[in-house]
Amino acid sequence: MALPNKPMGELPAVANPEIAEHECDVLIVGGGMAACGTAFEIKKWAPADMKIILVDKASLERSGAVAQGLSAINTYIGENPIENYVKMVRNDLMGVIREDLVYDLGRHVDDSVHLFEEWGLPVWKIAEDGSNLDGSKPAPKLTEGGKPVRTGKWQIMINGESYKCIVAEPAKTALGEENCLERIFIVKLLLDKNVPNKIAGAVGFSTRENKVHVFTCKTMVVACGGAVNIFRPRSTGEGKGRAWYPVWNAGSTYTMCAQVGATLTMMENRFTPARFKDGYGPVGAWFLLFKAKVQNGLGEFYANSDAVKDELGKFMPYGASPVTPTCLRNHLMIEELKAGRGPIYMATDVALNAFLDDARAAGKDEKEVKKFWKHLESEAWEDFLDMSVGQAGLWAGMNIEPENVGSEIMPTEPYMLGSHSGCCGIWVSGPEEDWVPTIDGPRSHQYKWGYNRMTTVDGLFTAGDGVGASGHKFSSGSHAEGRIVAKQMVKYCKNNADFKPELKQTAQELADEIYAPVRLYLEHVGKSTAADVNPNYCKPAGLMMRLMKATDEYGGGVATYYMTSGKLLNICLDLLQMMREDAEKMAAGDLHELMRAWENYHRIWCVETHIRHIEFRKESRYPGFYYRSDFPTCDDENWKAFVNSTFDPETKEWKCEKVNCVNIIETEPWI
Amino acid sequence: MPSYVDPEKCDGCKGGDKTACMYICPNDLMVLNKEAMLAYNQEPDACWECYSCVKICPQGAIYVRGYNDFVPMGGQVHPMRSSDSIMWTVKFRNGNMKRFKFPIRTTAEGAANAYPDLKGENLDDERLSTEKELPAPDPAKMAK
Repeated sequence: MALPNKPMGELPAVANPEIAEHECDVLIVGGGMAACGTAFEIKKWAPADMKIILVDKASLERSGAVAQGLSAINTYIGENPIENYVKMVRNDLMGVIREDLVYDLGRHVDDSVHLFEEWGLPVWKIAEDGSNLDGSKPAPKLTEGGKPVRTGKWQIMINGESYKCIVAEPAKTALGEENCLERIFIVKLLLDKNVPNKIAGAVGFSTRENKVHVFTCKTMVVACGGAVNIFRPRSTGEGKGRAWYPVWNAGSTYTMCAQVGATLTMMENRFTPARFKDGYGPVGAWFLLFKAKVQNGLGEFYANSDAVKDELGKFMPYGASPVTPTCLRNHLMIEELKAGRGPIYMATDVALNAFLDDARAAGKDEKEVKKFWKHLESEAWEDFLDMSVGQAGLWAGMNIEPENVGSEIMPTEPYMLGSHSGCCGIWVSGPEEDWVPTIDGPRSHQYKWGYNRMTTVDGLFTAGDGVGASGHKFSSGSHAEGRIVAKQMVKYCKNNADFKPELKQTAQELADEIYAPVRLYLEHVGKSTAADVNPNYCKPAGLMMRLMKATDEYGGGVATYYMTSGKLLNICLDLLQMMREDAEKMAAGDLHELMRAWENYHRIWCVETHIRHIEFRKESRYPGFYYRSDFPTCDDENWKAFVNSTFDPETKEWKCEKVNCVNIIETEPWI
Repeated sequence: MPSYVDPEKCDGCKGGDKTACMYICPNDLMVLNKEAMLAYNQEPDACWECYSCVKICPQGAIYVRGYNDFVPMGGQVHPMRSSDSIMWTVKFRNGNMKRFKFPIRTTAEGAANAYPDLKGENLDDERLSTEKELPAPDPAKMAK
């Protein structure tokens, strides 16, 4: 490194940023699928004079988890009864979900998928001869009776490289480009000065100029995704960025809502997907479309063994379903690895060659088989190229051709999310309809309190990864949920027309807080010749490594095969306490680093909620995602319940509680 | 698999306010050095290899080199994206090449209907603006 010591980036931060104040009725925080759903829907309900602003940390066209594209839409109900969707989600998430939210999602999701197709998203179809047609071939649309290519019961295949661009376009048009503010990172929500427990605004900063933005609003949706890089990843060098979930999701949704007192639910839930090793390419199409099986290091296809059936029998009724819950599939894989029977391979070679054998057996000549193979090969590569290009790059670098050799799969580091096969998030109201149970007690125990998807804080809504206890919405469901919220926010505004939001802090006080890392940097930068080594401050990159080391070693990361205990969790909480204190000493020399500082602040908080919940729940609800050595079993008798937690912004105290879980859909038959 | 910029091809988007790669990167990684008029990835270990910058660069100046902590050298995956399709070239370490072309959109850019004139009907129920009906759970399938 050359002297003198200077910031890395091209946009140095200054001590005194400009301040811009904005007033609106509705604030949309986020730019992913859920926020795009809200942006598309809201003006259909809002009066012409309602001021609505969307604020995105990135650019709408490529922000959120779908930025890279997707090769499938994982939630499309189609011909299935919605009740069966609820049963599937309930079983995959080991019994503890909000069935009202899941059913509600299920009844809206297809409409979003139909819009996507109308907007130009190519959806694969089944041709009359039974073969697969890619989405550009002439075929009836889903709304015209076109048959999608199903992989599992709920998934449909797409040519989804431009999925997010296609969804963002009408979102932006509907809201008006002038109302979409990009490259502004909202970092803190603000409560009203006069009315308790009511949202009144938010504050953030530009990553392009030295400017703090203060918003006042009557209502707000916060949908900024889940949390990534919160546990030490398996690749800690350059490959740290090749996270399975988008690396820019920093737990902002959970942290910002929790800090203003929104009750969280099921924060103990995490997702540690089993994916192709290192490249983290998707496995769904390989399992479901190409019917590939997993093989252990001894060459055994272990998934159907008697030992596995016995093991699954320990987790009834969940283990009995035809599709084993995701965490239990991981559990079986981890058992193989711990017994030294690794590595685990996806037998891509066996699967692809079986298709060719079938084609030959069906009487196809070699020329036809060759043509069939070209199509099959293209489908296999598209799965990666649409959504996880790095996996294709890894195969290219390793000379892996999937028809010749299998590829290793491996459970990843843990992630926190609420839209995929995970369900941590915020406790929200369900729809105000008769079939949704009425429950006495505070909002943190209730199922409905007037506005669908409103958190326990008045006027504060969430969607997508933000809504807890309601997994398996994926991209399409997140969009639909954003639309649900749009309508509810308009209703909230109408019913609170006289409310005049007023902030507790002045804009200058807020700017001082947001830019504290910059001032700390400028004050102390001269006290060391090294950019990142200084006794007066820490840098975001270093603090993130410290966080990931602590969670990995004490919170059940890959280092311990996801095993932790009450003792280890409490050590983790002590370490987090000191990290929270040291987060006040993060320094940022440029705007990019200021963004990283605030992301880390969000990460530390949201991991703390995760650890607190695992500590509170005295059982192992999700074997394969995490284990407690002191309570190693899934204990339905005592813990088939939600764990909800609430942070009191006045007293700064956390409260964890066990909350009753209601079955709305029949339990006999369970599936 | 971080992105990198070929200095022979990058023109800094001709000194515009923001370069295409800065505009698009979801993780705020691409920056322009105004003295050199060249863009670069300022934090390669935070690159998700989403290829947004590669796909959008008007000069075709951005490539991706596999993460050095697990990808052997020599392979490369590179796209050419048009308004309706994308063509991928996959070059293996051993020199083998594969090409794939996939559709990406069935409508013209800008043609997605935002339904600007559509107005919802009843603010007090749960039906969304483009929906025709609103199902509720079948009483026969509800828990007793």
